[in-house]
Order: sequence, then structure tokens, then C-alpha cells
Amino acid sequence: MAGQASAQGAKRGFALPQVPKIAIYIVGFIPAVLLFYLGVTNQLGADPMRYLEQALGLWALRFLIATLTISPLRQIFNINLLRYRRAIGLLTFYYAALHLLTYLVLDQGLDFEAIWADIVKRPYITVGMATFLVLVPLAVTSNNVSIRRLGGQAWARLHRLVYFAAIGAAVHFLMVVKSWPPEPMVYAAIVTSLLGYRLVRSLIRKIVPKRRAA
Amino acid sequence: AAPLSAAKSPLSATDEKLTSLEDVTHYNNYYEFGVDKTAPAAHAHTLKTSPWTVKVDGLVAKPAEYAVEDLIKNSALEERIYRMRCVEGWSMVIPWVGFPLADLIKRVEPQGSAKYVAFETVYRPPEMPGQQSAFPVLEWPYVEGLRLDEAMHPLTILAVGLYGETLPNQNGAPIRLVVPWKYGFKGIKSITRISFVEKQPATSWNLQAPDEYGFYANVNPDVDHPRWSQKTERRIGEGGLFVKRRPTLPFNGYGEQVAQLYSGMDLRKFY
Repeated sequence: MAGQASAQGAKRGFALPQVPKIAIYIVGFIPAVLLFYLGVTNQLGADPMRYLEQALGLWALRFLIATLTISPLRQIFNINLLRYRRAIGLLTFYYAALHLLTYLVLDQGLDFEAIWADIVKRPYITVGMATFLVLVPLAVTSNNVSIRRLGGQAWARLHRLVYFAAIGAAVHFLMVVKSWPPEPMVYAAIVTSLLGYRLVRSLIRKIVPKRRAA
Repeated sequence: AAPLSAAKSPLSATDEKLTSLEDVTHYNNYYEFGVDKTAPAAHAHTLKTSPWTVKVDGLVAKPAEYAVEDLIKNSALEERIYRMRCVEGWSMVIPWVGFPLADLIKRVEPQGSAKYVAFETVYRPPEMPGQQSAFPVLEWPYVEGLRLDEAMHPLTILAVGLYGETLPNQNGAPIRLVVPWKYGFKGIKSITRISFVEKQPATSWNLQAPDEYGFYANVNPDVDHPRWSQKTERRIGEGGLFVKRRPTLPFNGYGEQVAQLYSGMDLRKFY
């Protein structure tokens, strides 16, 4: 398998060095480990819980964006990182889960009355929870067995939910801040362009017949 | 920061543990220097706070312009240990040094028609990076306001220092407002102008999001911010990562002293 992928890469003109997928997880978890270490040793500033909560959420959004860049990189720049997409996608889920856990346990102290009030009354919490729920089936089916069982097409259709997760995450970030500071707007712009690219591409493909057919 | 001598005050909260100087000076909002909580400490050094004058004008018998050092010299400075509740849901206990705003108000002799006091922060884009932004977070300069009776209340002070020294730039040097029963954003920093007016003045956060930030902005656990609850707060420096939320008190615990200012008012409507 690995040989095949690298041969394909070479054909496309980009012989990217291959790293084992486990390396993606190891590198991907560095921010989380570092954050927890700094948190426990009280080095996250004056409001460490809030810092941890926000940083984990931000990393989830970053990994989500990274997941969404795999396809355009291949289509536009012939850079094939497909074999890492599952790992990056799952990292998105793990960080979202840690972000949610921080909110539930450290922020709200498992006060379920307050948490439920937040979910039904605060649109940004509602959006955040919904976004997490969207990620669950994607994470659960991110394995070869699920692809086989669902069939490639159904699996791909299911995983288009990631677009809703991306919109949800970007909106959640925009809604949690006061006024309109630059950072969440930049992330929203990145998500918008990644989704906009897909929309435009699929529209073009509908209008212009595929070259192969011609 | 230069040392200031200040008398203790019976209006101080004495049963509360002070938030550390490090946290008070390195975790706060001052959007003129950036939106991160650490931005004020990192960037506020560019503001030149001396010389500094405060213009007092509007509906007063004796409008004046005060040099800050004269205000400090001619006022009986007091230490006021106050709880500070941010509208975002965190709180501190800060030993301010200042004098009652009422002292200044009496000096300029407001006219009968003066019903409100309007405050303005300095507008100096070259010294305040947040004011240079192409997409400003707020309309500059920052403006705030109080009803005259709120301004006259003995708890309302103009602070010129904290922890026994003059204010660090990031905390609003050289002179700022502190109104302990209101959310922190009412405490306008680096004041250059105080005007006495007849009509309720515009306030920055109310202009930015009127449904979220009212003119009064009294701390009130029963009136939630539309996007988050105000029932509880996190006391900065308490518990680290495992901080426990504590209940937020009506008027930030100053109800006994100030609730009568609002008797008969619907505080859900006038939030």
C-alpha cells in the first residue's frame, strides 16, 4: 500500500516523504499534553480554566480546517496527503471532545442544571453542542470496517456532514466573543473559502462536462 | 509606578482575599490595546500619561481643567478594596487608591439641569494600537456615563492607583472610574473629559450591542447576558485549573448601599 501511494505521488510530481500515521497522532496531541501540563502547573495565566477551554476548542477548529484542506491541496496543487486525513479528522474529534469535557467538568463543575440551561438558552452553546454531535458519527465511522459496511458512496455522503461541523464551529467561535474581534473572523473566512471552493467546484463540474467524457 | 499614601476606608471589603498584583495587572480588558486579556499589559506602555489633564465641563458653575498631579495632591486619597465583576463572568478583589468622584463633582458645582455625567477616554491612535484598527472593535474614543446620583454615591471613585502605587498604564493610568456595583466595563480608563449633561449619554458597549449591554449595567445574577448566564462567576487566582464558580451577588454585594438608587425601577428593562 505504502509503495503504491508513493509511486502515485511520484507520478504527480510530488514525492512527499511518508511518515507513519501514528506520528500524526503523536504530533497532534502535543498541544493537548502541553496545555494540560501548563494548566496543572499553573502556567496558563490568570484564568487557566478559560485558557485551556478556549485553546482546546481552537485546536479542534484548526484540525477541522486541516482536514478540509486535504482535498483542495490534492486538486489544486497535486499534493496528496489523503492517507493522513483520517488521523487529522479524528484529532478534530478528540480535541472537540476535550473542549466539551473541559466545559462540562472544569467550567461548569458538572452542574447539569446550569449546563442544560446553557444548551437551551445560549445559542452559541446550542451550536457548539450540535457541532459536536455532528462530529460523533463521523468519528465512529472513521475506520475501514465502516467504509466497507456502509459502502463507499454512502460513507462519503455521511462524511459530507463535516461541512456542517465546520460552519458550526466557525459560528460558535464568532458567537462566543464580544464585538467582532479579528481572530474568529479570520477562522470564519478560512472556513468560508474552503467550503466556497467546494461549492464552486461542484457547480463547475455540473455545468462543464468532465474531460474524460468528451 | 510611584508610591501613593492613602488612608484606609470603612467602605473597603475586608473579608475578601486580594487578587494578586500580577493577575490584576496582567489579565484585563482594555480594547484600545488589543482584545486579548494579556494585550493591555503587553502594549499599554506606549501611552504617554504625563502630562495629563482632565477637562470638566458642561452644566457646571465652575468648569475646569485639572492636571492629574494636582488632583492627586489636592485629594484625600483612600484605599478602597472592591470586588470587580466583569460582564464576562470573572471577578477580582482589587485594592484601588483614589478619591470619591463626589469630591470633584462638588468642586465644579453642577447646575440643577445636570442629570447625568459623561466620561471620555483619551483618543490617541498613535499610542493606542486598538484605535488604529481598520475594523475597530468599538467606536473610539470609549465613552461611559452615570446618572448624577450614581456618580455622587460614596462608593463611586476616581482611582489613580492600586496596591499603594500609581496606576499601571494597562489598568487605566493616570485616572479611571471605579463603580464596584456595576460590571467592569463601566469603569472607563484613562479619562480625559468629564461632562455634566441633561440627557442620558451614549456609552460604548451599549452603542456596540444595545441588547447585550445597557446603560446601567448593574451586576445582577437575575438578568442574564443574552449569550451567557450571570448567575455565577470565577474568582481569578482561586483554584487555578479547578476554579470553583461562586454565586454572583446582586449589585456585586453592594446592594445594601446602592439598591435604593434604583427603587421602583424594573431592572430587567433597565439592565
